[in-house]
Amino acid sequence: MNRIQSKLSEDNLPAKLLSIYFTAGYPKLNDTVEILQQLEKSGVDFVEIGLPFSDPLADGPTIQASSQIALKNGMTTDLLFQQLKNIRKTVSMPLILMGYFNPVLQFGIENFCRKCAEVGIDGLILPDLPLAEFEENYAEIFRKYNLINIFLITPQTSEERIRQIDAASEGFIYMVSSASVTGSSSGFGEKQEAYFKRIASLSLKNPQIIGFGINNSETFQQATKHAKGAIIGSAFIKMLSEEGIAGISAFISAIRKV
Amino acid sequence: MNKKYNVNEKGYYGDFGGAYIPEMLYPNVEELRQNYLKIMAEESFQKEFRQLLKDYVGRPTPLYFAKRLSEKYSTKIYLKREDLCHTGAHKVNNTIGQILMAKRLGKTRIIAETGAGQHGVATATVCALMGLECIVFMGEIDIKRQAPNVARMKMLGAKVVPATSGSKTLKDATNEAIRDWINNPLDTHYIIGSVVGPHPYPDMVARFQSVISEEIKKQLNEKEGRKNPDFVVACVGGGSNAAGAFYHYLNEPEVGIIAVEAAGKGIDSGESAATSALGKVGIIHGSKTLLMQTADGQITEPYSISAGLDYPGVGPMHANLFASGRGEFISITDDEAMRAGLELCKLEGIIPAIESSHALAIFETRKFKKDDVVVVNLSGRGDKDLDTYIKYFNL
Repeated sequence: MNRIQSKLSEDNLPAKLLSIYFTAGYPKLNDTVEILQQLEKSGVDFVEIGLPFSDPLADGPTIQASSQIALKNGMTTDLLFQQLKNIRKTVSMPLILMGYFNPVLQFGIENFCRKCAEVGIDGLILPDLPLAEFEENYAEIFRKYNLINIFLITPQTSEERIRQIDAASEGFIYMVSSASVTGSSSGFGEKQEAYFKRIASLSLKNPQIIGFGINNSETFQQATKHAKGAIIGSAFIKMLSEEGIAGISAFISAIRKV
Repeated sequence: MNKKYNVNEKGYYGDFGGAYIPEMLYPNVEELRQNYLKIMAEESFQKEFRQLLKDYVGRPTPLYFAKRLSEKYSTKIYLKREDLCHTGAHKVNNTIGQILMAKRLGKTRIIAETGAGQHGVATATVCALMGLECIVFMGEIDIKRQAPNVARMKMLGAKVVPATSGSKTLKDATNEAIRDWINNPLDTHYIIGSVVGPHPYPDMVARFQSVISEEIKKQLNEKEGRKNPDFVVACVGGGSNAAGAFYHYLNEPEVGIIAVEAAGKGIDSGESAATSALGKVGIIHGSKTLLMQTADGQITEPYSISAGLDYPGVGPMHANLFASGRGEFISITDDEAMRAGLELCKLEGIIPAIESSHALAIFETRKFKKDDVVVVNLSGRGDKDLDTYIKYFNL
């Protein structure tokens, strides 16, 4: 079993899983390992490590800016794998790489997947790799390296397509909270609540983790009322830019506080 | 007819194309994919489209035999006068088509990206015509460089939103338009300005622009007694005017297709936009195509003196024309283009857009036979480029 699957099937854990996204190479080029160690120490359940891209279509200003700085700092795909080389000696939570498809394509899909397996990555989120392309061309390679591909759904995704995505998924479904890019929500209203409930009522085989627009304990509680967990990205990056790595533990505690 | 150079049912031209989009865009793009051919085939759509092209855009545009230019280069050169379209370039063929499409899809809000501002102006124009809200994303740097077009868009009632991300130019304006579409998935139609983006955009835009080669066939038949020239030549940034000029000749192998890219200060200068020479297969704005990028897959910033050609990718149709060898790709430097632009002014009394000047510049090096019929798509007029011409030639 893949670490993501084991984490999701543990039933002695708090039902509310907390996941954090951060951009590799930000704020400083070599912060990656220390951020991961601090996140695990603070009780985060799993992490998305963002591979920065020059043209992040689905991201709002915060993640865009962090990506640009990371690239300026000199972050590359190669370097990220080097940084993660010994990560499994100190970090045991599931690790997911999240990025856009083009850098992965240039690295070579199989090469990329092999490297992921070598350093102990458990899954990938590539928002601009569509379901049909994945299934036709890449699913086998992912399987070969025991990598789980995570798909997104949004409030506009039809039930038919949600069921297709559920069938193709082996870990969790990344539920985008609202029609927006990352980092743009200010709390969840009735519309989101209805959407969360609707998805929960579909009895999908994969658990759902909600992302986009979760920025404090209130939105975390709202999101996890109807889903297995939630992902925080932009708010975490904002905190990092203000307080740095030293602020991680307090940030996570504040999110967890009921 | 064998349509091997057209898009296939999966949205690909050979190995290029597809729809590499985040799930947030899937419903919008899928709605368009399922409906665009059906809507375009409707008689009422065709009637309205054709009527507007005629009465509003001023089509058909002339196919003009450039006598003095032909004499100079000892071949028969015809110019397809897209510069005479309303708003000054071929861009409006596509925006007319897409605004009618948007209306039939029930959309009430229009977004667009623009580099130099030509597509922005063409979009603002049709939005004014149809009374629809119009938001144009434009790189912050381009807004400063292209003040007259910004003013035009505002006069036409559009809101011009600066793209402040990334390199603050065309590719970032496109990113911002896509982000806006993600944030407004229900009421908004995105009018892409070239044959780029996720399927079905490249095909839809090419079909709207295909009126160019449809007319060339008819007009050439009247003038030369033959529908097919020996060569058809067009400049390629994203490639919409080229797609339109090539469209009805794609699958007619006796017609040579020549695509002209901007070499900027030279292909190896580090300041170029010659995608076929410098690009590798990659994904940009939802399409798998040739793309200028770093070894690490980061998209790089192109350069050309012509703002309409500095796109780091090329439409997937053109990537396939290049990869398959169907098209001949030539790159032209800033200097060569500027000289050719001025030459057309002197020989024919036509001030061309600098984009189009790139296509005209091939005659210096690419030789044709005396009785070859060569059609050059003169995609736009040069008024918008006066500042650049003035600075370059110290006029």
